Amino acid sequence: MSTHSIHSEQIESETGKLGMWIFLLTELFLFGGLFLVYAVFRAQYSEAFHAGAEELNAFIGTLNTVFLLVSSMTVAMAITAIQKDKKNLAIFLILVTLILAGLFMMNKYFEWSHKFEFKLYPGSEVLKNLPRGELLFFGLYFMMTGLHAIHVLIGMTLLAINIFKIKNGEVSSKHYLHLENTGLYWHLVDLIWIFLFPLLYLIT
Amino acid sequence: MKNGDTHISSFTSHAIVLIVLLALTFLSVSVTGYQLGAFSVTIALAIASVKVATVILNFMHVKHESLFIKLMISGVFILYALVIIITFIDYQLR
Repeated sequence: MSTHSIHSEQIESETGKLGMWIFLLTELFLFGGLFLVYAVFRAQYSEAFHAGAEELNAFIGTLNTVFLLVSSMTVAMAITAIQKDKKNLAIFLILVTLILAGLFMMNKYFEWSHKFEFKLYPGSEVLKNLPRGELLFFGLYFMMTGLHAIHVLIGMTLLAINIFKIKNGEVSSKHYLHLENTGLYWHLVDLIWIFLFPLLYLIT
Repeated sequence: MKNGDTHISSFTSHAIVLIVLLALTFLSVSVTGYQLGAFSVTIALAIASVKVATVILNFMHVKHESLFIKLMISGVFILYALVIIITFIDYQLR
């Protein structure tokens, strides 16, 4: 009987992860569509896209890349910690991840509010009067970083839920699928940023 | 599937992966300092692809997943690459 339940638990974990991966691959196409639009317009308006990218602060972009990469490591370490039954360490590592995510969002807030000061926001008169190529660049910039930021916020919520689940024992060294899938989601947020960063900030 | 023994990645292996990822980030930032024209886009995207593969294989643990998941993930990435290639062929031939 006990071997039977261990076996079904394994299947549950396998299928649970498979389901998460299918969802993540649909997310890839959600952002992939935007990347495709970006690639086509970049080929058509390459000078305007250069000019647009120069407006962005590469330092903030690099800093945010570092925050997300480190947070990806801490969440991967949290899974190792829970597998080794080190609950407090796992909770600590998730908290570090949340702090890094918070720093990322803070930078994003300053970056966007700096643009809003110059009346540069979706639908503004200033943006509408820009040359067509730059209008497209900033449209894509706000859409892509905005959609990504929504994913960061969802990821933060899922991470916070895991802290409570570890505390009440729902997530433990025996059942950690929930934390694993949250980790996968968090890594996806990192993966998307890995492509967004060079495309928006570095290509000048 | 191996019977029950799930692979546990060590803390040090995660730290090493992070160091590699940070090194690649600073490489791509410093490469953009040189004016390489259209070439710099290719380099930036190549470095980003290496970083993405590193995250997927190590942090996302795909290195130790079943063959089915490996094939599914690589299949979807190939599909996406085809979408990009076909779109660009379409634009080139208009």
